[in-house]
Amino acid sequence: MSTPIVPQKISPTMTPSLNPMFRFQWEKAQDCFVLLFPEGMVKLNGGAGEIMQLIDGKQNVQKITDTLNNKFPDAGDLAPDVHEFINTAIEKKWLYHD
Amino acid sequence: MTNQAANDRQKQETSAMVGPPLWLLAELTYDCPLHCPYCSNPTQLSETKNELTTEQWFQVFNQARDLGAVQLGFSGGEPLLRKDLEALVKYSRDLGFYTNLITSGIGLTEKRIGKLKEAGLDHIQISFQGADPELNDAIAGRGNAYQQKFDMAKSVKAQGYPMVLNFVLSKQNLEQITDIMRLSCELEADYVELATAQYYGWAYENRDHLLPSREQLVEAERLVNEFREQQQGKGPHFIFVTPDYFETRPKACMNGWGSTFLTVTPDGSALPCHSAKMLPLTFPNVKDKSIGDIWQQDFSFDYFRGDDWMPQPCKGCDEKEKDFGGCRCQAFMMTGDMHKTDPVCSKSEDHHLIQAAIDSAIEPSTPILKRVNQKAMQHAKNTQLSIARTKV
Ligand code: SF4
Ligand code: SF4
Repeated sequence: MSTPIVPQKISPTMTPSLNPMFRFQWEKAQDCFVLLFPEGMVKLNGGAGEIMQLIDGKQNVQKITDTLNNKFPDAGDLAPDVHEFINTAIEKKWLYHD
Repeated sequence: MTNQAANDRQKQETSAMVGPPLWLLAELTYDCPLHCPYCSNPTQLSETKNELTTEQWFQVFNQARDLGAVQLGFSGGEPLLRKDLEALVKYSRDLGFYTNLITSGIGLTEKRIGKLKEAGLDHIQISFQGADPELNDAIAGRGNAYQQKFDMAKSVKAQGYPMVLNFVLSKQNLEQITDIMRLSCELEADYVELATAQYYGWAYENRDHLLPSREQLVEAERLVNEFREQQQGKGPHFIFVTPDYFETRPKACMNGWGSTFLTVTPDGSALPCHSAKMLPLTFPNVKDKSIGDIWQQDFSFDYFRGDDWMPQPCKGCDEKEKDFGGCRCQAFMMTGDMHKTDPVCSKSEDHHLIQAAIDSAIEPSTPILKRVNQKAMQHAKNTQLSIARTKV
């Protein structure tokens, strides 16, 4: 069994939620999901957009990972990607966690 | 190929290259209750009766959003003086804009903050002139302004908005910088812009009274860094912007002229930046042309795109992609020629004008001017700074 290398701060039972300071939406003109905040915008890449869509303050990291693994069965285990993104997003204060 | 065909082709190529006007600044009215001497708005002001109607603004928002605009700032003057502000917020928010209110805080009430929230307003930015009532109200030219701003900032946070505080720094208030940062913490601001005035409009007339000395700035920057260290990642994010007069390279013009930023003035003029009206160019009006035509095809918006317009030393300079030759308005104000290299650049033959300005600010020879006619003074906006935060 191979254990994926994941950042230690993120645990599967943690439930992330969007910092209310940010707004998450699809931008047609940019052809991607974005985070909007006072006078600014961050464009998210495809993977980040997929993860962010599932963040609703109710689903925990495990649930989010399962959903994505089902949605992209050929992509291999997505846990490391999910953990890495959520870790970065918390550092950048886009996300809060319980 | 005929000339016409060549022109058409060139037009198409231009519009294909031009990205969307991501940032739309809607200057709703020139009317303002304050009288700041650093006001960066044009010194000749229009009458309020020529202001765009609610319907006309709706159309502007629709067209800009279709092009891909995403950030919308409501400013003025004082945008709260527009009775249809809530309607404008609601309409644009429903279109998917991130809506920013840029206000002096005068005319705001707890109730109105609530009504704007209901309409979908995303964020409120309040400008301050100083860290205590005496200095703030002396600069703003109005008693009680400080207390009003203070109370409203509290209420903005209490009602759950992200909040940006904007302190316009000048030699009149730079010594208060530590108090300003403490006040920002007390008010629980999310971002704080500590920005020296841009010297356009009224601020240019009053430059000798506003421009700090290099020593003052160095000291202020040291205090900001010291304060940041004590914060340990908590509290407001402080953004300190020094005037470009003390640099040897100019600031980039808004990400490039006509690249990101579109201002629509109260009477419907469309500008690549809020100061551009001073330039000897004819700018289009949203009453006559769609935002798409303006952005993609208008002569004035295209005029300083790319580097064809550049004279030397900019044209042959390997830094032109970084700063686009600097600010057109500054070049025009200081040299009388809007094409020239921004005098802030040490490669400019006009660079001595900057040193002269710094020297002359050490001992001002004329009294400070305050705009009182038409009660139309505008609070400062630091759009250049704001755009720096738009990561695109
Ligand atoms: S840098 Fe100067 S020319 Fe460019 S947008 Fe700002 S004021 Fe206008
Ligand atoms: S010469 Fe022009 S392009 Fe080069 S650094 Fe100076 S302003 Fe910028």
